[in-house]
Amino acid sequence: MDLDDTPEQAAYRAQVRGWLDEHKSEAPILQGPGALEDEDEIVAARRVWQGKLAEGGLAGVTWPKEYGGQGLGPIEQVICNQEIGRAKVPGILDAIGVGMLGPTIIAHGSEEQKSRYLGPMLHGDEVWCQLFSEPAAGSDLAAVQARARLQEDGSWRLSGQKVWTTNAHFASFGLLLARTDADVPKHNGLTMFVIPMDAKGVTVRGLRQISGEAEFNEVFFDDVALDAAAVVGGAGNGWGTALTTLMFERVTIGLGGEGLGYSSTRFATAIAGDEAARRDPEVRHKLGEIASELLAVRFTGYRTLTALQHGQIPGPEAGLAKVTIVKGAIGAGDLIADVLGPGALAEDSEWAYMISFLPGLKSAGGTEEILRNTVGERVLGLPPEPRLDKGIPFSELRSKEGAAA
Amino acid sequence: MNLALSDEQVFLREAARGALSRFKTVEAAREALDGHADALPDLWPTACEAGWPGLLIDEAHGGAGLEAFDAMLVLGECGRVLAGVPLLGHLPATAMLSDSPGAAGFLADLASGERRAAYLPAQPPDDVRERWSTDPAKGFQRGSLPTAGAAGEDGRVSVAGSFAFVPDAPGANVLAGVALQDEQPIGVAILADAPGVSVEPVTRYDATRSLGHVTLEHAPAVMLDCPEESLISAWHLVQALIAAESLGSVETALEVTVAYAKERHTFGRAIGSYQAVKHALTEVLRQLENGRSLLYYAGWARTGAPNEFALAASAARSVAGRALDDAARTMISVHGGIGATWEHDAPLYFRRAQLSRRLLGGTAGATDRVAGELMAQAA
Repeated sequence: MDLDDTPEQAAYRAQVRGWLDEHKSEAPILQGPGALEDEDEIVAARRVWQGKLAEGGLAGVTWPKEYGGQGLGPIEQVICNQEIGRAKVPGILDAIGVGMLGPTIIAHGSEEQKSRYLGPMLHGDEVWCQLFSEPAAGSDLAAVQARARLQEDGSWRLSGQKVWTTNAHFASFGLLLARTDADVPKHNGLTMFVIPMDAKGVTVRGLRQISGEAEFNEVFFDDVALDAAAVVGGAGNGWGTALTTLMFERVTIGLGGEGLGYSSTRFATAIAGDEAARRDPEVRHKLGEIASELLAVRFTGYRTLTALQHGQIPGPEAGLAKVTIVKGAIGAGDLIADVLGPGALAEDSEWAYMISFLPGLKSAGGTEEILRNTVGERVLGLPPEPRLDKGIPFSELRSKEGAAA
Repeated sequence: MNLALSDEQVFLREAARGALSRFKTVEAAREALDGHADALPDLWPTACEAGWPGLLIDEAHGGAGLEAFDAMLVLGECGRVLAGVPLLGHLPATAMLSDSPGAAGFLADLASGERRAAYLPAQPPDDVRERWSTDPAKGFQRGSLPTAGAAGEDGRVSVAGSFAFVPDAPGANVLAGVALQDEQPIGVAILADAPGVSVEPVTRYDATRSLGHVTLEHAPAVMLDCPEESLISAWHLVQALIAAESLGSVETALEVTVAYAKERHTFGRAIGSYQAVKHALTEVLRQLENGRSLLYYAGWARTGAPNEFALAASAARSVAGRALDDAARTMISVHGGIGATWEHDAPLYFRRAQLSRRLLGGTAGATDRVAGELMAQAA
């Protein structure tokens, strides 16, 4: 058991740190004096910065070399993340593309798709978005209704709606899960597509959240034409392809807890600034409980990493780390607001933003309830709840749901 | 970076599980509650055979020279089956004595288990409390450390004061702890059969937990020449050990409850299929996994980052204490009425949980220290 770098890891860390020392003055400033404010400017600057990170080998660390990556392991990815955090510069803009969608294309895409899309994705020239969730398909993702119909010439026509789509308003492409056959059980009739976001019939609308900001979008598709080469991983295989993406999402979450900024040290520092709060037994007790769990997540991440190093894929229990992070951060936001009073809820307060952001995060990437179901069934081996949709053609589900109610 | 257990660690854990499985420790726990204290097996010979008493003593003095994390693996196995192996008292005492060159003469007998030690728990100062303190025999106000007089010609000091609820004190041969000499903390080792020493066994709620009130009336003590850090570290070590022991109990509680939730049917389906039950069990797993992660932190920090050991061990204790309380309560409620009866094992784990959480400064004390350590770093 060892938390220190091996000589090879230390050498890699020194290399990354050296590159960052040399180039960090070129990074866009997002906070503090001189920070960029205009969103378009921020996105443009972060694209350029992602390109530089890619050239320096700090993006796509785990991607195979043939696709422009470094061909390294998860440990090196974490070291790279740690050094980027230490240098206080932004990471890559398109974390969803490079972290989840690119690896899905590497696993399931055609050679043409890999050579066309991966390079520009890695360098930030083309940002990607993930078009999976719908208003009526989130936890039950296989219930997607966005419908792609095969045309006589082998092309497809797509209509429907997606939601919670981060970065859609400046993305060039999306990876989209659509129903292509409604006459088979729901997991079987799905297909994954690449969709150009500037295609005719695609409309993106910002979705404002509690914070007042629009970080997510709704995306509407009105009879969008897609050619046959847009299919990723074969028609009807969309569910298996989606599971690959979700697996990479779990790895990203499992390793990136503190990347969200929800660290015990940050919360303790906020409270320690108030001398009366610092000595108050109740405040200390609450902080101690929250901080202990958040500290645990850091080491759960190292355990996940150890599993990855030994060739094991982290299971759904990595999702429990997300439950802990959200629970801890919600508790911390509440405590800090109790300590700082209404001042914590000022318009420009980092705490007001965090407090507003967290209720939604609880459902992001799978609601807490569905995560607990998955962990209960896959990890503890508890029996699933009886379900009404097994083996039933998707087209007949609606009437079944009506009858059950 | 690698948190995998070594082959030796896997072997140590499996050997411990095997050795303890030869005894009906859980049944004995129930019988002992019924007043048959002699039902509790003497597990010290088993511990000695396995080499556990010398886990933290170096090889030159007859020990195994292992790390805190290895000791935690053994404590976890004890916790799984509520085995009363007196390591919680012995191991922190051996850690203090190992750091004291002048006490080297004690070590061989303590490593072999020929003689047994008990740690006299003393909570070090923190960011807002300037004094050392002890667990009180009753009430909320923490006690004061015993005082030591000036060293005599033989280098011995005379110690006066008391420690309440000392784990594994009854039957121990050597008591090792902290006393104040001219307001300064010093390490002391006292032979249990020396004049002025009395150990009053106390049984509270969980018959598997051996406890004693130790009174020192000008008892002769050897002054330990370990650094003050060792006195502090011993407290955090005992926190990490009881955390590991508690998480072992959580493992069993969860396994037994999950098995029952798969078996027991209501309204035509296994109760574990209901979200209300499934989510409660997943919550126990979440706390268990958090606790396990913190054991790695504590195990690594004791030697790898000593200035974080207080934080790591306190966080492990805090999470483990709450996990055990929740696991025991969930065990009872998922089992329904039977879970709250004498017939079932659940009340034994519940009793273990309630007493453990109040010993050694309490889970609440550890939780407070987590906040204190983090805020002191921030200042």
